[in-house]
Amino acid sequence: MAEFLPELRRAVPRLGEGLLTTVEATVLGAALALLLAYTLGLLSRSARLPVRGAVRVVVEFFRGTSLYVQLFWLFFALPMVGFRLEPLVCGVLALGLNFGAYGSEVVRGAVTAVPRAQTEAAIALGMGPVLRLRRVVLPQAHALMVAPFKNLLVQLLKATPLLSLVTVPDLTFQIDQLRSSTGATAASYLLLLGLYFGMAVVLSLLMNALERAAKARLGQEGGT
Amino acid sequence: MWDGEAARAALPTVLEGFGVTLVATVLAFAVAMVMGLVLALAQRGGPAWLALPVRGAAGFVRSTPLLVQLFAAWVLIPGLDAPTLGVLVLGVHYATYLSEVYRTGIDAVPKGQWEACTALSLPRRRVWRAVVLPQAVRNVLPPLGNYAVSMFKETPLLSVITVHEMVHEANTFGSTHFAYLESFTLAAAVFLLASWPTSVLIRRLEARLAH
Repeated sequence: MAEFLPELRRAVPRLGEGLLTTVEATVLGAALALLLAYTLGLLSRSARLPVRGAVRVVVEFFRGTSLYVQLFWLFFALPMVGFRLEPLVCGVLALGLNFGAYGSEVVRGAVTAVPRAQTEAAIALGMGPVLRLRRVVLPQAHALMVAPFKNLLVQLLKATPLLSLVTVPDLTFQIDQLRSSTGATAASYLLLLGLYFGMAVVLSLLMNALERAAKARLGQEGGT
Repeated sequence: MWDGEAARAALPTVLEGFGVTLVATVLAFAVAMVMGLVLALAQRGGPAWLALPVRGAAGFVRSTPLLVQLFAAWVLIPGLDAPTLGVLVLGVHYATYLSEVYRTGIDAVPKGQWEACTALSLPRRRVWRAVVLPQAVRNVLPPLGNYAVSMFKETPLLSVITVHEMVHEANTFGSTHFAYLESFTLAAAVFLLASWPTSVLIRRLEARLAH
């Protein structure tokens, strides 16, 4: 324990790199997930049955097969059919596909929850489908989406230590190195848990601010 | 490419792992349901000196990664075998989710029910057992089901503390027979086949309880 603090000071640059990798995986994974969530969520309300069916299959597949299996499949099985991806790319893809599937349900639910009269009023005003979605439906749906997205984002952050299992040198990997070089197991893991807790709190505060902003735009209660 | 022979050879191993996964999920979920209720009652009905620390601790466990909690428990808590420890850590982690589910379920019981209990001067224990909890159960069943499915899909994490669940078995088979494609694809198929019908059932239950 006496050696832990000097060792920790020496390890700071490596821990910083690990932290950066974790943040990178979280941000890229979340960006991919958001893109997929909107695409799949809006397509799942398509009037065409084949489109809805295809979206349903994709969403159920990525929700149903476990993030861990998806990650390991991309890392271990995909090279066997001739595609070798960088470990970090595997991680970002797995996070994005899995959380994108969950997020698409959030988008679908929020868009469905906007009262039909809003759409009808927009049609009556002669708005086209794109304008209707952009100026009437989505702004109202956004305010409903932020809270569930906050939960998903924290879940995604909490899933990033998995990347250390497929050799990505993330924060968990670097602190594990520190642990084996100092033998200070309790201190190392406490530090790691504390850092993740801090990141989760920062993300929650950011999302709360977003929710207030989305509600304020609509002039709703809870906005500032 | 896909080797049918290897897939057939991997199937018994993967299914054996599936048995372990299923048992671990059931036991861990039982832990989570009981402990989640204790956490919820401590926060909802307990005195402030108890409620605040419980809320803080539950929030901390809920906001930190299960994988790190497993690693930490594995090296810091001696004397427990891997499956027991895994079930406990998984159970405690999900208890912090379920306590929120219970809390929302309890809060959704109309205020008039509480007022009626006061008017009838029912004892506190009876208020909870005979009036509030039976109504709250209705509110919490669908979310409980969803959390059970998501816990099922998180059990592969137990492999990091050497529990021989399905993904661990698939990984071992893949490395010894150089058949990752077959073993992991089978594991994915088993997850899908088990969790998808369950989600459909939960959605039906949700629709029925909504009326």
